[in-house]
Amino acid sequence: MKETPLSNCERRFLLRAIEEKKRLDGRQTYDYRNIRISFGTDYGCCMVELGKTRVLGQVSCELVSPKLNRATEGILFFNLELSQMAAPAFEPGRQSDLLVKLNRLLERCLRNSKCIDTESLCVVAGEKVWQIRVDLHLLNHDGNIIDAASIAAIVALCHFRRPDVSVQGDEITLYTPEERDPVPLSIHHMPICVSFAFFQQGTYLLVDPNEREERVMDGLLVIAMNKHREICTIQSSGGIMLLKDQVLRCSKIAGVKVAEITELILKALENDQKVRKEGGKFGFAESIANQRITAFKMEKAPIDTSDVEEKAEEIIAEAEPPSEVVSTPVLWTPGTAQIGEGVENSWGDLEDSEKEDDEGGGDEAIILDSIKMDTGVEVSDIGSQDAPIIVSDSEEEEMIILEPDKNPKKIRTQTTSAKQEKAPSKKPVKRRKKKRAAN
Amino acid sequence: MAGLELLSDQGYRVDGRRAGELRKIQARMGVFSQADGSAYIEQGNTKALAVVYGPHEIRGSRARALPDRALVNCQYSSATFSTGERKRRPHGDRKSCEMGLQLRQTFEAAILTQLHPRSQIDIYVQVLQADGGTYAACVNAATLAVLDAGIPMRDFVCACSAGFVDGTALADLSHVEEAAGGPQLALALLPASGQIALLEMDARLHEDHLERVLEAAAQAARDVHTLLDRVVRQHVREASILLGD
Repeated sequence: MKETPLSNCERRFLLRAIEEKKRLDGRQTYDYRNIRISFGTDYGCCMVELGKTRVLGQVSCELVSPKLNRATEGILFFNLELSQMAAPAFEPGRQSDLLVKLNRLLERCLRNSKCIDTESLCVVAGEKVWQIRVDLHLLNHDGNIIDAASIAAIVALCHFRRPDVSVQGDEITLYTPEERDPVPLSIHHMPICVSFAFFQQGTYLLVDPNEREERVMDGLLVIAMNKHREICTIQSSGGIMLLKDQVLRCSKIAGVKVAEITELILKALENDQKVRKEGGKFGFAESIANQRITAFKMEKAPIDTSDVEEKAEEIIAEAEPPSEVVSTPVLWTPGTAQIGEGVENSWGDLEDSEKEDDEGGGDEAIILDSIKMDTGVEVSDIGSQDAPIIVSDSEEEEMIILEPDKNPKKIRTQTTSAKQEKAPSKKPVKRRKKKRAAN
Repeated sequence: MAGLELLSDQGYRVDGRRAGELRKIQARMGVFSQADGSAYIEQGNTKALAVVYGPHEIRGSRARALPDRALVNCQYSSATFSTGERKRRPHGDRKSCEMGLQLRQTFEAAILTQLHPRSQIDIYVQVLQADGGTYAACVNAATLAVLDAGIPMRDFVCACSAGFVDGTALADLSHVEEAAGGPQLALALLPASGQIALLEMDARLHEDHLERVLEAAAQAARDVHTLLDRVVRQHVREASILLGD
């Protein structure tokens, strides 16, 4: 399915908001969305939610023969897939650019930075090594896929346990999890990607853009760091022009963010470890049950309203009480009555659009109570305009009462005149215009 | 490669260069008659060829045409004989796709695409020998080719790679230095304004050293600009002599 294009007014709205340092969800410029990490029942399976962006990561391992030029090192394989359920625009054949970019970035971030000790994955040099495969699936796309994916990958790798293996001479014994406890991978450090979105030719910068912000951004700068403040990868994309000090500033911000996220990851891993050891329940089913699916709950985002000038309470307090209602109803026919004349409307600009609507106006009365017939015509005009809105199949509409000097058409609007009372604003609009036409 | 000194005590690198020294650059423009613009560059042992077709009508689906600017299409291909081991797939693999995307991003920022709405500019880059700094060589070759084609650009796009060994930033890495596994940075710069069109870095580098490496790469890119500028002027002089002006 083709992506719904972003309308110009929404684009302008987002850019204006960013210029005024406001984000749609109330975050500050350098704030991340809420990160939730949950684990599955197997080791190596985790799900990361960054706001609403959701990535599922799964690690698996296999004994294979090593690459020819790297006989003593294990093999690492990363794969990120953009599932079709993540966004309507993702289709099996159509995602290549984004997919290539994300996959390459993940590969460089995790493989080239040597976060995993590949030498420890060797079982028999030149013959058997472990091949570790990390599969990431994007389940929901709400912006900033790369950050969520990198967190999911590193958490899954930290959580994974590979089967224990022992070598005696030429014999390799692979122990099942029941025989010997599986062994965790040796991870040197945890590289985490932080994304910076640039707007208006690099003037404004946001951390962790959500999907809307990504659509209007000029370009993206991704910096992958670990908590020791070592930069693992930098990648600028999207054709923005950067300056050296912007890059340096972003790297400082990334350092702070990575420290926070690493702490969160370690805590989540620790929690899961504790739950498993104590024999409690763990897995995705447990984490989902915590959210009350039956309750419609919206997260509240605090919005700064200190610079709002007019407040609703003030306006209501200072407004004049509504004018006295003229209560004597004027009875036109049995079943048709009119109370008051309505208030003058203040929608002056609707003049032009209303003129076209009312082509069949005919003779108009300036003031209602002058000629009854004109009222009938006017009302029937409204009736004919209201007709599409009326959904009732009441029989009364067809009822015609023949009276000597009354127009049968007028009777037809019995039910619609009631509508007229309910929508006094429509009538005055017409009236006002007619006054002008008369002028 | 244990024991290989990337930077000796006297400050010499494996191939005898100093830390901030570039390899020898030789370039030629207008190597093909059929293409609108073409260029060949040799940076040390890295040899790259770039060809530009355009601006011309959009090929394929008209739906891709942008109403206000030109579409830039880049393809990167590295010959099967370009590396030490024979490569099985010259193009179409992920790395080549990524390179193509990065080149496109770089040149979309530099070419004045607003002047050619609803048209397409094709840039094809072929690496004949990869001895380190392939991205930089591709960008430099493509810049010369785009200039040869007469397509207006904001400024030269000059690229260079940089690394970091033993507390010193090295400019213009060769394959040996890249394979050693240290941090590598590739930078594409518009020299006049100092704006960075593309920045890419691999492997671990401590944040404190980032500035020095960036500065080394930027300086190297500016040196490349001086050389490319000379090449362009030389080419124009030769062309005008042939035309009899």
